[in-house]
Amino acid sequence: MARITFLEAIMQAQQEEMQRDDSVFIMGEDVRCNVFGTTTGFVDAFGAERVRDTPISENGFIGAAGGAAMVGMRPIVDATISSFLFPAMDQICSIIAKSRYIYGGQARLPLVIRSCLFYGNSNAAQHSDRPYPMFMNMPGLKIIAPSCASDMKGLLKAAVRSDDPVLSFEDSTCWMAKDEVPEGEHVIPLGKGDIKREGTDITIIGVAGGVNVALKAAKALEAEGISAEVIDPRTLVPLDRELILQSVRKTGRAICVDPAHMTCSAASEISATIVENAFDALRAPVLRVTTPDTHLPFSPHIEKPLYPSVERIVDAARKVMGAKQTQPA
Amino acid sequence: MTTTGENDPRLEKYRRMQRIRQFEAKAEKIHADGEIPGALHTYAGMEASGVGACMALRDDDYMVGTHRSHGHPIAKGAKLRPLMAELLGKKTGVCSGKGGSMHLSDFSMGSLGETSIVGSGGPVAAGAALGAKLQGLDRVALCFFGDGASSEGAIHEGMNLAAVWSLPAIFVCENNRFGMSTPTSDAVAGENVADRAHGYGIPGVIVDGQDVDAVEAAVREAVDRARGGKGPTLIETKTYRYGDHAVNMGRELTPRGPEHDEWVKRDPITIYRQRLIEAGVAEDDLDAIDKAVADDVADALQFARDSAYPVFEEAFDHVFVDRLPIPAEVQAHA
Ligand SMILES: Cc1ncc(C[n+]2csc(CCOP(=O)(O)OP(=O)(O)O)c2C)c(N)n1
Ligand SMILES: [Mg+2]
Repeated sequence: MARITFLEAIMQAQQEEMQRDDSVFIMGEDVRCNVFGTTTGFVDAFGAERVRDTPISENGFIGAAGGAAMVGMRPIVDATISSFLFPAMDQICSIIAKSRYIYGGQARLPLVIRSCLFYGNSNAAQHSDRPYPMFMNMPGLKIIAPSCASDMKGLLKAAVRSDDPVLSFEDSTCWMAKDEVPEGEHVIPLGKGDIKREGTDITIIGVAGGVNVALKAAKALEAEGISAEVIDPRTLVPLDRELILQSVRKTGRAICVDPAHMTCSAASEISATIVENAFDALRAPVLRVTTPDTHLPFSPHIEKPLYPSVERIVDAARKVMGAKQTQPA
Repeated sequence: MTTTGENDPRLEKYRRMQRIRQFEAKAEKIHADGEIPGALHTYAGMEASGVGACMALRDDDYMVGTHRSHGHPIAKGAKLRPLMAELLGKKTGVCSGKGGSMHLSDFSMGSLGETSIVGSGGPVAAGAALGAKLQGLDRVALCFFGDGASSEGAIHEGMNLAAVWSLPAIFVCENNRFGMSTPTSDAVAGENVADRAHGYGIPGVIVDGQDVDAVEAAVREAVDRARGGKGPTLIETKTYRYGDHAVNMGRELTPRGPEHDEWVKRDPITIYRQRLIEAGVAEDDLDAIDKAVADDVADALQFARDSAYPVFEEAFDHVFVDRLPIPAEVQAHA
């Protein structure tokens, strides 16, 4: 075990997979200069052919990754900030997500599209998106959104080995956090969630960086005598519904914490899953703690309170634990 | 607010370049001190490109810019107070604190946005030119974009649309030799971005981006063409940015070659100042402009500092015409 950061975990996963398999290569804007610290020394180690700086043309190079994947390569595309996936919607949604299906299983698209969730630091609306829910609504794309270095590494390695296209959403609020990461072969299967903390009174399901806020809230709740279980689905597509339902059947209460906007968020999907499948076990309404449906402003004073916080989660937990209160409109 | 030079277009050109330079020098300093949140992409070194282009526009002409957004509005004549207040995230900012450094966009000066999604301004300019044409107005729309942005599909689509419909648009590629860490030659096929004009059947012009008069002349010709119903022009200003991609990042992204010093020697403001002096303008008059600009910048900063931050409810303004309802559980902890 070694203690490394989330970013180092990404770097190690890429490094190990590129060493293991010659068909893996990486491309994106400014990867050679190691802009976010996930390609340190890569040009020296793997050569400029396999570590490619692209023009600023997301639809072009993300689509080209799809084309390269179809002929047997395993590209890792670093799209840097997830807001920059929008210019590539065409290739992601019309080609990458659908080619296997539309051609009756003839096409293979083993590629990984990495991008970070760059919110919370006054980067204004055009850079602060958390767009995974939009892609959850598009069949054909697997989605990982890990919350710690260990999961990041294990899931990214699985993503590279997957024969399906995988979108990796990397929460920048996790970047510098250190975590024990197993050395050597550490691969976490896609679609398998994790119980980050055991508890008996309430289940808090966190998404991406929301997991870490949920864990802090769970600690605060403990002081109030409330025992919270924290579940991290880790993979949003496919979603480990069974793990979530098992927990809710035990606790009878659920809160979903998701930094995405509320409407059609991952939290919404998880809430609906719980209500549809564990209604009998529920002792209170399922609540969502998300970012409200407004854009993210530049001014830090009005940006910061928009995201899920420990206080908002604790409040929601009290509500759920309390009398038969319902969520305010 | 000074009026020095406003009646002499030559002095006004000088004044606007100085305003950009001094505004940003102040911004860079207080950003280093932590007074400005977010990233700061400075325009220093590129002043002649923006000012030359905007001097060829009328106040009611349209303009679309980029994440490197400080220079364009000042070049078009915007007041400094709301710009500085925006950098500080204040309610009195030109975008009410919503946009920040990448979005200094003053719609009262004809701006239609400084957009931080690279290349996304191209279609906006084409559309504004279409609107002006349909409305029977003789306005033009000018789109600033970077060498890096020239690789985006949206830029191509905007130019093609403008060309095929003969729209009154001017596309100004500010080629500052890099997109973040990537040299233009690694990202842009062909020698010059302007050469692509040939493919659209429109004029493509290359101009010395450090010479404000040369830029102005090139854009003026393009504006005349556009107003005359002859369609768009693509102009490439060969220029250079002095700062790193964004300043105060603690790490330099842009690799600097030996040509760096050559570019810095060809400073657009120094070149123009020298030209004015040779043409008989008194140095004292130029110094007076420098001083007046410094006062304006200090005034803008004081204004920004004295201004209030937006209140939380304002985060829910401007998504739609009407303020969004604020969820009670969010409001409770704001
Ligand atoms: C669609 C998109 N992709 C990537 C980025 C990240 N990014 C911001 S500025 C920039 C470089 C832009 O280069 P250029 O167009 O030459 O403008 P310059 O910064 O040199 O003024 C990049 C890659 C972005 N903002 N938008
Ligand atoms: Mg550039």
